[in-house]
Amino acid sequence: MKPLIQATIAILVICGILFFTADRLESAGSKGSTDTITVYNWGEYIDPDLIKQFTEETGIKVVYETFDSNEAMMTKIQQGGSAYDIAVPSEYMVEMMKEKDLLIPLDHSKLPNLQNIDPYYLDLPFDPSNKYTVPYFWGTVGVVFNPNLIDDHLTFDSWDDLWDPALSGKVFLVDGSREVMGMGLNSLGESLNSKDDALLRKATDKLIHLSPNIKAIIGDEITPLMINNEASVALTWSGQAADMMWENEELDYAIPKEGSNLWFDNLVIPKTAANVDGAHAFINFMLDAEVAAQNADYVGYATPNAAAMQLMDPEVVADERFYPNEELKNKLEVYENLGLEWLGKYNEYFLEFKMSIR
Amino acid sequence: MRNKVSTGSLFPYFIWIVLFVIAPIALIVYYSMLDLDGNFTLDNYKAFFTPVYLKMTLTSFWYAFLITFFTLLISYPTAFFLTKTKHKHLWLMLIIIPSWINLLLKTYAFIGIFGLYGPLNAVVKVFGFEPQQILFTDFSFIFVSVYIFIPFMIIPIFNALDKLNPTLIYAARDLGASSFTTFRRVVFPLTIAGVKSGIQTTFIPALSLFMITRLIAGNQVITLGTAIEQQFLVSQNWGMGSTIAVFLIIIMFISMLLTSQKSKGGRV
Repeated sequence: MKPLIQATIAILVICGILFFTADRLESAGSKGSTDTITVYNWGEYIDPDLIKQFTEETGIKVVYETFDSNEAMMTKIQQGGSAYDIAVPSEYMVEMMKEKDLLIPLDHSKLPNLQNIDPYYLDLPFDPSNKYTVPYFWGTVGVVFNPNLIDDHLTFDSWDDLWDPALSGKVFLVDGSREVMGMGLNSLGESLNSKDDALLRKATDKLIHLSPNIKAIIGDEITPLMINNEASVALTWSGQAADMMWENEELDYAIPKEGSNLWFDNLVIPKTAANVDGAHAFINFMLDAEVAAQNADYVGYATPNAAAMQLMDPEVVADERFYPNEELKNKLEVYENLGLEWLGKYNEYFLEFKMSIR
Repeated sequence: MRNKVSTGSLFPYFIWIVLFVIAPIALIVYYSMLDLDGNFTLDNYKAFFTPVYLKMTLTSFWYAFLITFFTLLISYPTAFFLTKTKHKHLWLMLIIIPSWINLLLKTYAFIGIFGLYGPLNAVVKVFGFEPQQILFTDFSFIFVSVYIFIPFMIIPIFNALDKLNPTLIYAARDLGASSFTTFRRVVFPLTIAGVKSGIQTTFIPALSLFMITRLIAGNQVITLGTAIEQQFLVSQNWGMGSTIAVFLIIIMFISMLLTSQKSKGGRV
């Protein structure tokens, strides 16, 4: 009996100490004050020199933390505890955070540099009149491929090239229901936000015909496989494709003409902010033409900042694979928040497609 | 007095079981009867009995069976020979050590090993064959799973074999039984308890494998575990996710019953 009590007490004491330490760490790590802001961003998603420059110019110190998924980021903000002043959610996450009331409206009078952003990227359906968000980087979903490993006639100018019998057992897909179902819908010339059971059925049936060509449906593991020439064709995001092409110069990227997804990562001020003025100063700083140009150079994604594009290497900005032309851009669609019911349906159809692979 | 002490000392365990066994299962059952808006419904159960999920259940079962079968096939002889070696506990240790390494790390290592330019294909090339696509096949999935479960199967079998009284074997031999008959009639029946608990520790987790199905099998193998992960993380349909979990619990319960120890005699 005695050792049992001792053990119980020991466990309780250890738990207590752990809670206490965690609490201290959290409040010490991000105590809100007027001369500090905490930025919560994706990994490798900012030029670190710019953070220093921001501190030099404004005297505001930056605590920089990173996350690797939208969901993880939202969970941490929802829990509170840490005083994040800036976060960088993707557009569908913006809608969820809005629904959960996790965002603070932006004061546009404190963001004069907002005029640098190309109007094409403002006032988008996920955030009308940019009440909560400023676009940070954007990109597309498309096909990254290695022309040396596949038939010459495959250019992925059309989604239907993925169905080509020459690609039997060669195609990798990203493990996302919106991406894959969206690709199926796009290949039929339909909207990737369709809420129509008959259309989704048709898209799924078409995808099931793709099964013989599928090698695997995976996540970030596609990147090393493409870099090492172990995979030759993959459906992926332009950002990931840019990373791969940086490492392996043989690779090419295409956005099929039927249209595809247009995604945005956005700067927002979450409810956890302790220094709202500092956060506005930071957003305005990141919108500055020179800063945005330097950042886009470093990160390698497409910037929505028109003034910055003028300052960038014309060759980069003219690369239609990452800065598609008007005609194609008009065919790109932003994911709308489908609501849980339709999101569930997309996932059920996606599951059915996955089950058909063998 | 004796009685009182034992109930008192059982109290922490009782709390533990209520908090960490009964309450979670009750919560899962509760959530399985909720729809997206939190209303009471049995639609999730109806949805489970559609071809997609039934096929998935069968697939999970089939792969869990294959994994358990091959794990047992490798583990029993290994455990048997281990007990015959001189430094058997050292050897056992060496087999167990890999299980200390993080599962995900081992899985990633296999991506490299099985790759088109990996060491395994280098060996294939030495023998004059074309590099084979090993990753994202049934073979790679079952191989990696079996590799991961082997220590968990060997330990209980090893313990059972180790505890086996050698005089029984001598007796069998003295009475004229051949090596094979001794094994079949004496050794195996006496170690069946170890085999059963080995099967439990393999089959049940194998049913709900999910990371390996993506990393090694490239989602060509979809198990119930994958579906639960997707329902919770992507669809945010906790109801359906819980419903699948309920069926998983039922299946586990049945397999526990089938492999449970009978407290009949026969032990020494």
